[in-house]
Amino acid sequence: MTDPTREHGAPPLDRGTVSTEEPPQTTQLTTPAPGGRRRAVAVRVAAVVAIAVVALGLAYWRTGNEVVVTQAVLTGLMIGGVYGLVAMGLTLIFGVLDIVNFAHGAFLAVALYITVEMVGRFGAHPYLALLVSVPLMFLLGAAVQRFILSGAMGKPLENQLLITLGLALLIDNGLLLFYGPNPQSARLPNDTGINVFGAVVTVGRLLAFAVALVLAGLLYLLLQRTRLGTAIRAVAANDSGAQMVGIDTRRIYMATFAIGTACAGAAGVLVAPLVTIEPTTGELFNIVAFVVVVLGGMGNVVGALVGGLLIGLTEQLGALYLPGQSPLLSVFIVFVLVLFLRPQGLFGRAA
Amino acid sequence: MSLLQVDNVSKTFRGLKAVDDVSFTVEEGSILGIIGPNGAGKTTLFNCIAGAIAPDTGTVRLSGTDVTGAAPHKVSKAGMARTFQLMKPFGSMSVLENVAVAAMAHGTSRRAATDAAADVVERVGLSRWRDARADGLPTAGLKRLELARALASRPRVLLLDEVLAGLLPAERLPVMDLLETLRSQDGVTLVFVEHIMAAVMRLSDSVLVLEQGRVLTAGSPAEVTRDPRVIEAYLGEEPAGAGS
Repeated sequence: MTDPTREHGAPPLDRGTVSTEEPPQTTQLTTPAPGGRRRAVAVRVAAVVAIAVVALGLAYWRTGNEVVVTQAVLTGLMIGGVYGLVAMGLTLIFGVLDIVNFAHGAFLAVALYITVEMVGRFGAHPYLALLVSVPLMFLLGAAVQRFILSGAMGKPLENQLLITLGLALLIDNGLLLFYGPNPQSARLPNDTGINVFGAVVTVGRLLAFAVALVLAGLLYLLLQRTRLGTAIRAVAANDSGAQMVGIDTRRIYMATFAIGTACAGAAGVLVAPLVTIEPTTGELFNIVAFVVVVLGGMGNVVGALVGGLLIGLTEQLGALYLPGQSPLLSVFIVFVLVLFLRPQGLFGRAA
Repeated sequence: MSLLQVDNVSKTFRGLKAVDDVSFTVEEGSILGIIGPNGAGKTTLFNCIAGAIAPDTGTVRLSGTDVTGAAPHKVSKAGMARTFQLMKPFGSMSVLENVAVAAMAHGTSRRAATDAAADVVERVGLSRWRDARADGLPTAGLKRLELARALASRPRVLLLDEVLAGLLPAERLPVMDLLETLRSQDGVTLVFVEHIMAAVMRLSDSVLVLEQGRVLTAGSPAEVTRDPRVIEAYLGEEPAGAGS
């Protein structure tokens, strides 16, 4: 903090000497100070908090019942954590590979059915399916990137878009073929509710939320604190620069797609006990995840988690404002507003 | 055996011969300057050597190993680093992390890479900005970051594409000093493309002149700058029109 560059940002290097001596004092500031960047983020956070407070006030005014509002907030945050995990995988893939992955929801659906199988065939606890689903989806993601998508790298965006869309249709219909259209379930055994300020949260939702946050945290640590993660961020920032310093970008593309798909694999298991499982269930999560990714800033992993929590809240509070409507309605209203007012998302772009 | 051996390299873009049958060798510990008018094919030649593009014909050998058309990361692992004329920083990362990435890509542990990066950052004179985001650096800073990143991979051969361009005269001297210590202390072999003749004259052991993709001439800096063909290539058809 004593470093003057912290206060004034990086003074331009255009003038003066290249030595490590004091930089010339006459230089003009041409770059935004890091402090300014932090302030800008703080302003946005404050704005989001203000909107949330107003939304809560409105919800209370509309319902006149604090328990209902508390319930909505809790349910929203719980499911929002899972939305965040789904969206982190999607936004990571976008940030590094520049692929808009329409198959992300279909991957999540595969994880749902892995959970159904684990529970149905082996009588396992649904969340034990994480041990199978995450590695399996990681491998599936790696294979899809290596054998299906790698040929479309650097080609026009429509190519990849059509490939992932086709893949989504293929997976959805494959699931339909094997499991039929009838809804399935993977309920948690004796799932009890916990009383929080009068509202009730089931242990299942709480667990899903907690595990989603832990996985999100692990993903963040992977990106920030490991060699692989640093290489992934380098490729996201500039792939030809990354190649030139010795990073095998093809390997990074494959690893990133695999990690992103594993996120969908984990999220699928976590929500399996909470939803009715149909071959198209994944698509609903896909739509929500796209809104979350745009809200958080395309390619921004932390933004995706925050966006997930916000969209979870929006969905539940929206149901209070507009009772009887699809919860997606309020999500889309927020989506349109974000695209209109802040198309780069809350936190800009930084993978 | 020469450290870097380029034989008959050619590259054509849509009928335009950007690099046309270029051959040269660089001995270990020497400095080769490449000059030539704009569009002479200098950057394309660099791209062919460093693996960014595969040459149509010809071979590139690094201490005897054929690296022709090898992927850039493999060329980098084989001991050749380069800088780009148009810088390619990792904008969202700090200056220190930008440099550490290069060390990490070469198998160094995260901690050791960060330590090594701090040394390199200091060496190129960027210590004051080590924690600043790379996209906040002005051109001169990015030029030095480009150099730092290349150095962090501990190359045996360093290809520098106009590393002095965009720097003020006062800023060039320390960079030239650094390049000289790289050779004398670290034993790094340098190949550099440069427009600033003072730098070419001072640094180069030998100079290669490209024109329209071909080697016009090669020799010591003094020989090359006296060559009338070189003067003509740079100044146009002066003798024909001058004096009449």
